[in-house]
Amino acid sequence: MAKARVLIRPKEGILDPQGKAVERALPALGFEGVEHVRVGRMVELEAEDPARLPELCEQLLANPLIEDFEIESIDGA
Amino acid sequence: MLWGVVQFPGSCDERDALHACELSGEARLIWHEERGLGEVDAVVIPGGFSYGDYLRAGAIARFSPAMEAVAEFAAAGGPVLGICNGFQVLCEAGLLPGALLVNESTRFICRQVDLVVEASGSGKRPKSFNAPSERLSIPAKHGEGRYWAPEEMLEAIEANGQVAYRYAPGQNPNGSARDIAGVRNEAGNVLGLMPHPEHAVDAMTGSTDGLEVFEAVAAAGARA
Repeated sequence: MAKARVLIRPKEGILDPQGKAVERALPALGFEGVEHVRVGRMVELEAEDPARLPELCEQLLANPLIEDFEIESIDGA
Repeated sequence: MLWGVVQFPGSCDERDALHACELSGEARLIWHEERGLGEVDAVVIPGGFSYGDYLRAGAIARFSPAMEAVAEFAAAGGPVLGICNGFQVLCEAGLLPGALLVNESTRFICRQVDLVVEASGSGKRPKSFNAPSERLSIPAKHGEGRYWAPEEMLEAIEANGQVAYRYAPGQNPNGSARDIAGVRNEAGNVLGLMPHPEHAVDAMTGSTDGLEVFEAVAAAGARA
């Protein structure tokens, strides 16, 4: 089984209200100077056939209309 | 007129949808594991939180056996109405254009909204799903109802007359692009909207305007 990590994030240009809410909360906690916060999703999985991961991401893990994804192999750790 | 109302684990508005359908015919529930729809004339995908809305709202429901049957039914021209989570499912399934994102406010909203009924343009069924009134007062309740599509897709659906309902000026509750509350597919037999017509069919709850949406779908079913 090949271990992989899939990072999914909202596409550039799409308003991310969750990121904005986090960004607005930071100064109240004393973290000044942080901007462009974007909140995405991370999925870890083990696959028999990692060659099929892009197809799996396009069909289910991400919605390609609104999200970009990256597949990262975490084998050999 | 026989309606089918699809029920997923996590659906919560199927009873109100059944009731609304029964006001213009007979209706039966279709469990998500059913592979066929039977002899239904029209299908409703109701609101709720199908499969817990895990991953994205509607993302997992689209792979259910019942949704495969709905996709075939829609491809054959059968009328399909998706409400709230049902709208999200239809978008995820690619049966309707666009996507529904987290509300701009990040908050769940629950309020009565006025919808402007858009005159539809060209297409195979130019009048499909047009309610007779110009405005409908219907409740909206959702956390992920911000309609979004890339600019070129928005231009295309506007040009094709696929925008079915808009929030009345100043009443957009979620930041939807161009105040869009509901869209149809290109052929005009699939309709999705975020507000809940099934909760507005009895004067006891303040409005009966939702009946017009069901009657419009029933009329499409009668023509199909």
